[in-house]
Amino acid sequence: MLETPNAARRVSAFADAVSPAGIRPLPGAARFALRLREADATGEAAGFRLDQPLNTFAAQGDRLSLRLGPNEWLLIGPEADADAIAAEIAAALGTRFHTLVDIGHRNVAIEVKGPHAADILNAGCPLDLFDARFPTGTATRTLLGKAEIVLMRLDDAPTYRVECWRSFATYVHDFLTEAAQEFDAGT
Amino acid sequence: MLLIPCPYCGERPELEFRCGGEAHIARAADPSAVDDGAWSEFLFSRGNPKGLYAERWNHAHGCQRWFNAIRDTASDRFVESYKMGEKRPLPGGE
Ligand SMILES: [Zn+2]
Repeated sequence: MLETPNAARRVSAFADAVSPAGIRPLPGAARFALRLREADATGEAAGFRLDQPLNTFAAQGDRLSLRLGPNEWLLIGPEADADAIAAEIAAALGTRFHTLVDIGHRNVAIEVKGPHAADILNAGCPLDLFDARFPTGTATRTLLGKAEIVLMRLDDAPTYRVECWRSFATYVHDFLTEAAQEFDAGT
Repeated sequence: MLLIPCPYCGERPELEFRCGGEAHIARAADPSAVDDGAWSEFLFSRGNPKGLYAERWNHAHGCQRWFNAIRDTASDRFVESYKMGEKRPLPGGE
């Protein structure tokens, strides 16, 4: 990541956030938007799977690869690995034509967990989050209220990870917090 | 909520989509050779049937792909959707 003497001090988008049980802002992460021709999407690159079905994610260690479109992936890894990941992917893809954009600072993530997690998300997300329609392993771009989010289901707790733009962070966090009040005894 | 079938993602809520107007309107290969009447026809003239209508749709808050769909304008029922470049599956196509 570019370091300059005049770099702005980075403040967490959730510095003032008070979260109810079950909703937790997640620490920073390295994130990349990868675009690659569908025909070139074979195997994996730098620990990120490329050939999983659309709207699912694959995890290898601490590296997550979310297939958001036929030729679009969201790659998430540990924040400290950002430079290494970029270099490894460039090396792995070699001459395969692709674009790789660092969006680590554009997005923030919020975890929503517990027996009412799906109900809380459904307060603003129109998707059917029933187990059979949105099982563990699903990842897709969708909406939460007025904000575009990327929603993934990590496990059967269930635990969901919500990714949204940093400028939507307060809106999305407060939206989820308000929805959770309905269930505050349960989560 | 109305579910729209994306040819890539399957049935998804209508909120995630944007409509791009009538499908299968071909742009002239050489626009400068087209007279004003034909050009305005291309730019502005659209069908307005009561019944089956082919439209372009974009899964804007999903996979972000454009695709075509046949919708019944009277019932709002989506009959079929298909990828860009594929032939219109019902009579009246290409
Ligand atoms: Zn789609």
